[in-house]
Amino acid sequence: MAADVDALVERLLTGNRRALSRTLTQIEADTPAGRQALSLLHPRSGRAHTVGLTGSAGSGKSTLVGALARELRRRGRTLGIVAIDPTSPFSHGALLGDRIRMQELTSDRDVFLRSMATRGNLGGLAPMTAGVVTALDAFGKDVVLVETVGAGQDEVEVAAMADTTVVVLTPGSGDDVQAMKAGIMEIADVLVVNKSDLPNADLLARQLASIVDAAHSERRTPIIRTASALNEGIEELVEALDEHRAYISTPQVQEAHRRSQARHQVLALARQRLLDRVVAAHREDGRLDELVADVAARRLDPHTAAEALIRE
Amino acid sequence: MPDDKIRVLIAKPGLDGHDRGAKVVARALRDAGMEVIYTGIRQTPEMIAEAALQEDVDVVGLSILSGAHMELFPRVISALREREIAPDEVLLFAGGIIPDADIPQLKEIGFRAIFGPGTSTEDVISFVREWAGARPDGKA
Repeated sequence: MAADVDALVERLLTGNRRALSRTLTQIEADTPAGRQALSLLHPRSGRAHTVGLTGSAGSGKSTLVGALARELRRRGRTLGIVAIDPTSPFSHGALLGDRIRMQELTSDRDVFLRSMATRGNLGGLAPMTAGVVTALDAFGKDVVLVETVGAGQDEVEVAAMADTTVVVLTPGSGDDVQAMKAGIMEIADVLVVNKSDLPNADLLARQLASIVDAAHSERRTPIIRTASALNEGIEELVEALDEHRAYISTPQVQEAHRRSQARHQVLALARQRLLDRVVAAHREDGRLDELVADVAARRLDPHTAAEALIRE
Repeated sequence: MPDDKIRVLIAKPGLDGHDRGAKVVARALRDAGMEVIYTGIRQTPEMIAEAALQEDVDVVGLSILSGAHMELFPRVISALREREIAPDEVLLFAGGIIPDADIPQLKEIGFRAIFGPGTSTEDVISFVREWAGARPDGKA
């Protein structure tokens, strides 16, 4: 297997798209081959500009990603797009429909669009999103756009993975209040008021401006007004992304930024692996079911049960 | 934990805009626990093959009502081949309005099943599952 993976990664690095696609499948399934591929690809990554786009369902993220992708292509940049949709908690299946809104991009060979399902992960991303981004980066894409599922709250995972995080809001949807809740404003490197042809767009932009002003941060978060279905504001958005990239590329910011990304990634993987191990060990011996039954019957409290699971 | 999912592309080649059947099959396969990529209507053979390549799907299902299947299906196969995807690497099936007389020729070029009107979604699900279970890597 080791030799197969070497050959696959070799072909990926020479620009073979089929090899890229197969590698992404292995990474997504978190197989030994996928892990080995990542260990070969990680040193070759770090060149792409990774942009995460998040915002509530219906905020027009897919359409915005489509418009943004067209503008980036017009400027000659090659693109990876990772579009994430939810896995059903009941059937564990998923319907991935982001290609519908990106039709004209799908025959452009310099755009590689991969749909991913969340597979039980919370936080708006699929579990192996970071690995998929690494592979697209090592493949040589200039920009990798990651479109989250978009609950619109608590999506710090995106910010931990992306170089630049774009938070997409829409007028009249209560987004101004959502924006003030902890989390979403802190992760935004660029704020977008999408569907800005709708009434109340000015009001939302003003409210956001006052929140940004009150933050007194070193870099003022730009607020870009777009109407992505009408292709308005997209050039301004690209310029804001470029400005942020230049900002994080200054030596003092870059070092801190990369370290914090790396720390988050390592800890997230360690957490997942430890949990997988504990669950795998105690599912087989039936201990997990026993403890669960004890907690349900109030014979044991959940803290003691969790502690027992880890120790045994 | 390694997580293997059956990934399916459901696509509508050609110019007819009626995608109710395609959507019913897409939802049924999702409800059966698969990851279904739906491309929407009016897809060219190149767009379908490109989606199959980028999404690295295990299964490609085509839905057609326009009668252009003998023209479009072989072009889907050649577009897949151009992208190094041999017809035996993916499970190809089709549904819609396809005369019985055309079925042998479609099977010849790589389609493993043709589902006509009135097919139950259960039949499609078990067909896909059976094939996935029988593969050498046992991915199911």
